[in-house]
Amino acid sequence: MKMKLGTYAVAAMMAASPVMADLVFPSLSYRTGPYAAGGIPFADGYADYFTLLNERDGGIGGVEARVLECETGYNTEKGVECYEATKGEGSLVYQPLSTGITYQLIPKTTADGIPMHTMGYGRTSAANGEVFSHTFNYPANYWNGASGAINYLMSQGDIAGKKIALVYHNSAYGKEPIRTLEELSEKHGFELMLVAVDHPGQEQKSQWLQIRRERPDNVIMYGWGVMNQVAIQEAANIRYPMENFIGIWWSGSENDVLPAGDAANGYKALTFHGVGSDFPVFDDINTHVVEKGLAAGAGDQIGTVLYNRGLYAAMLAAEAAKTAQEIHGVADITPAMMRDGMEALEINEAKMTELGLPGFGPEFNVSCANHGGPGLVGMTQWDASAGTWSLVSDFSESDMDVIQPLIDEDSAAYAAENGIEAGCN
Amino acid sequence: MFYREAGDFSTTYPQDSQTFPIRFDRYRYYFVLAVALLVMPFVMTDYLVNSIFLPFLIYAIAAIGLNILTGYCGQVSLGTGGFMAVGAYACYKLMTAFPDVNIFFHVIIAGGITALVGTAFGLPSLRIKGFYLAVATLAAQFFLVWLFNKVSWFYNYSASGQINAPERTVFGIEVTGPNTEAWATYLFCLVFTVGAAILARNLTRGSIGREWMAIRDMDIAAEIIGVNPLRAKLTAFAVSSFFVGISGALFFAVYLGAVEVGEVFGITKSFLVLFMIIIGGLGSIFGSFAGAAFLVVLPVVLKIVGVDLMGWPTDIVAHFQLVIVGGLIIMFLILEPHGLAQLWRVAKEKLRLWPFPH
Repeated sequence: MKMKLGTYAVAAMMAASPVMADLVFPSLSYRTGPYAAGGIPFADGYADYFTLLNERDGGIGGVEARVLECETGYNTEKGVECYEATKGEGSLVYQPLSTGITYQLIPKTTADGIPMHTMGYGRTSAANGEVFSHTFNYPANYWNGASGAINYLMSQGDIAGKKIALVYHNSAYGKEPIRTLEELSEKHGFELMLVAVDHPGQEQKSQWLQIRRERPDNVIMYGWGVMNQVAIQEAANIRYPMENFIGIWWSGSENDVLPAGDAANGYKALTFHGVGSDFPVFDDINTHVVEKGLAAGAGDQIGTVLYNRGLYAAMLAAEAAKTAQEIHGVADITPAMMRDGMEALEINEAKMTELGLPGFGPEFNVSCANHGGPGLVGMTQWDASAGTWSLVSDFSESDMDVIQPLIDEDSAAYAAENGIEAGCN
Repeated sequence: MFYREAGDFSTTYPQDSQTFPIRFDRYRYYFVLAVALLVMPFVMTDYLVNSIFLPFLIYAIAAIGLNILTGYCGQVSLGTGGFMAVGAYACYKLMTAFPDVNIFFHVIIAGGITALVGTAFGLPSLRIKGFYLAVATLAAQFFLVWLFNKVSWFYNYSASGQINAPERTVFGIEVTGPNTEAWATYLFCLVFTVGAAILARNLTRGSIGREWMAIRDMDIAAEIIGVNPLRAKLTAFAVSSFFVGISGALFFAVYLGAVEVGEVFGITKSFLVLFMIIIGGLGSIFGSFAGAAFLVVLPVVLKIVGVDLMGWPTDIVAHFQLVIVGGLIIMFLILEPHGLAQLWRVAKEKLRLWPFPH
């Protein structure tokens, strides 16, 4: 923890932080810039769920939830500024929705004792809670995604000797799955081809020319923002068969496939939660949020893939807050209590049904040793004529035999670099 | 009334040629320095330091660097982001390879390495000028970012391609890593900024600076009166890159702590620093500070006013910010092409006569 220089600074800090009377959930969103197409629905879903809890249940455990939105524009500098601006307000958990900002915040949140939840993004090895005490990435991470895609392809036929291309955002995010895919290619005998796309990814002619020339049997994409739409359009332009094209969950929303029209039909994307608005919770959202005019943003994103993901993130955060309230017996929890709640989080079918989200995501328990959840991954497919995503496989396990050693190795390296003693306290 | 030389007699040459020959100006400078060194550390909070002071101090160094090249020597450069990346990656490699050496020296050596790289990329300036040189430095920008993304040796083969600053101390106090104190990082950067400003100021008013300015004003005439253009241009590139490299090293190690080259040191960074010196004032050390302060503080102020006070949606404020900053840049270019430094000069002139303007 930090000591302050001089009493003056302490007095200034105390004057600046208000009395905590609500549960603060900061939302480091991005509604502007090349990644806004993904940032807007997620932020809307995140905000709407807390509005629903406030309107319907009177908050979480009787305490109102407050969403503190701060625009990052997917930019790390602004992300840091947002973090510093909001952490003094008693922020319970950070969800930056950006791998770059996550890397920035992992050491900072740990030093400040505030938990961070990077659901399906961020640093994969944070799944090892013995090293990353304040970072959580349940229920699935990038490496689960990579393995899930390969498992799905194997379920469709033998992949030995086949050529699989990875089209990735040339950043920390896009590079995450490379190690896993390399290990998997050795294990299963397929050939891996790496195709990098630089930020922001509006220009991909040369990459898809390469794919056209090399003719990989499958293409896996780790893209985000405007890069997704361009890639799907380019794939359509070279007549790449869409059913052989698989996106990670960040490359599988309506925004990504709609611009390509019918040509995008059959495009597949991974997911770790349910799709569509066929869940009882959406009726509640309609009654308590939309009809009261409280919907976040333009209110036109409800039921889209990324809106659901924001909703799911908010649901997991709210459940963790409830768990924390139960553990500590107080309603007005602190970030430290929130961390305990997240580490003791249990999500089961009964709970999800009660929340109006039956079968929305996998059942899982978080523990100190495993901050990453079970890593169950499903596959969705886009139907262009109906304009819907639908699940085409069950949520199934990824290859933890390959992933776990990688997690252990990477987190051990981080622990050594930063002098962290691994272990549960 | 203020800034008057009346009664201010110089009796020696050093007195006459000092940076602030007017007594009032000199005391003001000492006062600012004293406040920055002795008062500010005590009121520094995490928020202030991370959202305003660190970026301001670090960008000021970068702006001083670019101002030497563009403002004093007249060589337009769009490679600032790339050179900052060189500083950052050099600092990272040094920090991880020699953990026992003080971070202070790493930052300086990182600046030195950047100076070498900058000199190499400055070689084309001997043959090409103006817009064509801008394009050549643009190539440097893209090449360097590509290099740091492509060659994994630069990021120690980490899976994500990110570089993370390990914890380092100065006099036993942490200045990098997550457990730093606000005042420690502030003072660490302040030392570099003040050092850079004093060094730059004295270089630019010495013989080297005069050579640079001669080249800027008319290179053929400068060559005829005996200025060696090779020496002048390459020293400008070297000194400029040295400062830019230091700022890149601090930007990575002290301010951000984790960096991804394409996102942090992209072309937008080059333009940002260029805007700083254009708005601040080309060929002025004070202008570098003013420009950096303007472009660092303005977005924060707009955000506080828009989101916290007015309660507008964050996306509207973010869009407004672009509109307002863009509008101000155009306004400045039309109304005051010499930047904030010129405004300051005019203000001083007016204050000198005040309250009797005639």
